[in-house]
Amino acid sequence: MTTAAAVPGTQSGKAKPATMAQALGRALRDSMAEDPSVHVLGEDVGTLGGVFRITDGLAKEFGDDRCTDTPLAEAGILGAAVGMAMYGLRPVVEMQFDAFAYPAFEQLISHVAKMRNRTRGAMPLPITVRVPYGGGIGGVEHHSDSSEAYYMATPGLHVVTPATVDDAYGLLRASIASDDPVIFLEPKRLYWSKAAWSPEAPAPVEPIGRAVVRRSGRSATLITYGPSLPVCLEAAEAAVAEGWDLEVVDLRSLVPFDDETVAASVRRTGRAVVVHESSGFGGPGGEIAARVTERCFHHLEAPVLRVAGFDIPYPAPMLERHHLPGVDRVLDAVARLQWEADS
Amino acid sequence: MTVQELPGAAAYRPTPPPAWKPLTDPAPLLPDAEPYRVLGTDAAADADPALLLRLYTELVRGRRYNAQATALTKQGRLAVYPSSTGQEACEIAAALVLEEQDWLFPSYRDTLAAVARGLDPVEALTLLRGDRHTGYDPREHRIAPLCTPLATQLPHAVGLAHAARLKGDDVVALAMVGDGGTSEGDFHEALNFAAVWRAPVVFFVQNNGFAISVPLAKQTAAPSLAHKAIGYGMPGRLVDGNDAAAVHQVLGEAVSRARRGEGPTLVEAVTYRMEAHTNADDATRYRVDSEVEAWRAHDPIRLMERELTGRGLLDEGGIVAAKEAADVMAAGLRERMNADPVLDPMSLFTHVYAEQTEQLREQAARLRVELDAEHDQHDDDPEERR
Ligand SMILES: Cc1ncc(C[n+]2csc(CCOP(=O)(O)OP(=O)(O)O)c2C)c(N)n1
Repeated sequence: MTTAAAVPGTQSGKAKPATMAQALGRALRDSMAEDPSVHVLGEDVGTLGGVFRITDGLAKEFGDDRCTDTPLAEAGILGAAVGMAMYGLRPVVEMQFDAFAYPAFEQLISHVAKMRNRTRGAMPLPITVRVPYGGGIGGVEHHSDSSEAYYMATPGLHVVTPATVDDAYGLLRASIASDDPVIFLEPKRLYWSKAAWSPEAPAPVEPIGRAVVRRSGRSATLITYGPSLPVCLEAAEAAVAEGWDLEVVDLRSLVPFDDETVAASVRRTGRAVVVHESSGFGGPGGEIAARVTERCFHHLEAPVLRVAGFDIPYPAPMLERHHLPGVDRVLDAVARLQWEADS
Repeated sequence: MTVQELPGAAAYRPTPPPAWKPLTDPAPLLPDAEPYRVLGTDAAADADPALLLRLYTELVRGRRYNAQATALTKQGRLAVYPSSTGQEACEIAAALVLEEQDWLFPSYRDTLAAVARGLDPVEALTLLRGDRHTGYDPREHRIAPLCTPLATQLPHAVGLAHAARLKGDDVVALAMVGDGGTSEGDFHEALNFAAVWRAPVVFFVQNNGFAISVPLAKQTAAPSLAHKAIGYGMPGRLVDGNDAAAVHQVLGEAVSRARRGEGPTLVEAVTYRMEAHTNADDATRYRVDSEVEAWRAHDPIRLMERELTGRGLLDEGGIVAAKEAADVMAAGLRERMNADPVLDPMSLFTHVYAEQTEQLREQAARLRVELDAEHDQHDDDPEERR
């Protein structure tokens, strides 16, 4: 199983090690303190603080009306959030696990994604849906899905996924402040990844929609996001021994998609691999590879490759390490980028 | 055996929240065995004559609106229209029972309720004409967009009412749904949320006998749809949906109850859909004419007319005046609907996100080029220029 490697964070004087989970909780708290219209709702978010404790302390600090334990009904939760947003609140919904968001898809696709468009701008829905997603935690069935492709395929939604402690804070603040609905995908196996981070002076809130180069290199670009970022960084270090100098781009936002940063990187390196956990067929990698090819065809020395999860229902915990793309699979793809040699 | 006697039952007893009161007697929540009626009964004597006359005028206008809209489908001016003919009493009462600050959450069939609440008749039809998904600004009239997926508007009503109460505003949400819609999961989730949150919501089921072709007997095994309320801990009320005075009274009581902070009510109005599901449907495949005829004798306008004329509140002149006023409305609607709507294709990209994405900007530019090319072509074409 791929374990979470250390992820980069801000190295400021006051910074202490903090987890992504803490940064997310802090982002919720700060958003609620700043804006009384921000309400958190979901299953177990109150007294318990959520099964991942992200909402810990919010009910105590802001009251049950601002951080509400709802009945166990995802369509009801998101549907109620729609009505709350119609009346001027900014609901932040917690879906307990990726696969338990599916009962709410009707509300998401038919209403959350469309209300602005349907009402010609009169009724935007500033809803943030937080979804812990992805595998690597040894969860039983329905606790490890990577559902980003479903969300990406629905116009009207933003799809955001942090990979670092800084981004967890900054992107969640930006998502809650956004006047559009945001699907905020939290890579649950990075919840406990630590980085130096200063809760007193958190990094400035990043705007949604900009990718970032996490490691510069010259020989190829690894395009990735969320739980696969540490894998790619580790692979890049390992590849040095093979003579590869890899660039790693962290997308951070799948919708909107930062074509500019991605294409600029691939034009520099001439080679690209897209890496993600979710299944490859019909997955985000296909879209990303197509976009890169359309923009960088004359710069490419090899086809854009994908390293993705297999096209299978998410496997049982004891087999998940065979499914999740790890460092070796990334390096294998990098080796295949020596296209001229083969053909 | 009572709960207390069950072995280990004490361990399962929930800790009641401070305000929690155990429901010792569910009887007050139960609906009456028969739908409540006012017209033609002793209760009619208590009804306000001015209200009855208002309901009557609106019923006549509503019937005319339905007829006009259906005619517009035949003329190709309207893509589709789900008529509420026969159900006007429900539509009108729903609109008239609300205060200005309240919210209405209609289904696709409830155009009439939206119009009776004050929405421009043309704006109310743009969804069905096909030029816009919602013709109006929901906040301006406090009418949510006419909702196409069944029952999905119900949790919205709950959320909005809940939010309004949290803000300390005096707002009640009235959410309309059909009998078929009560089978959807969203119906159940909404009722449960509303009861738990004591949200100021009224759920209003128009049981018109059919969900497209499926009769109520294949939709539910409950004694009535109003009975469903009791399982959630809210009162259920059954009312004659063709008796506008009764619907107005029962909905009015439910709205007052919500306004007083006593929580939601489920109201079932028993009515009948006189026309097909929409103009595109063939109702003869699933129901017999004799059934439709039987309901014609119980027509909402006739019921009201009989009451008003019987009591000397309406005469032939009044009947004619109401009809003429409705005709004027219909003529205006017809005329305005006969004008082609002017639509800007570039608006496709305007309201997807608050800020347009780079991807959408590129796509908009591509469409712009296509439109310009089309335009140039027409300029070159002497046929077009004439
Ligand atoms: C979720 C969903 N499933 C199916 C449909 C298709 N559909 C449109 S109307 C209808 C029947 C609805 O019947 P009912 O709720 O009784 O309302 P009525 O049409 O009688 O007013 C169906 C199945 C839909 N609109 N939404």
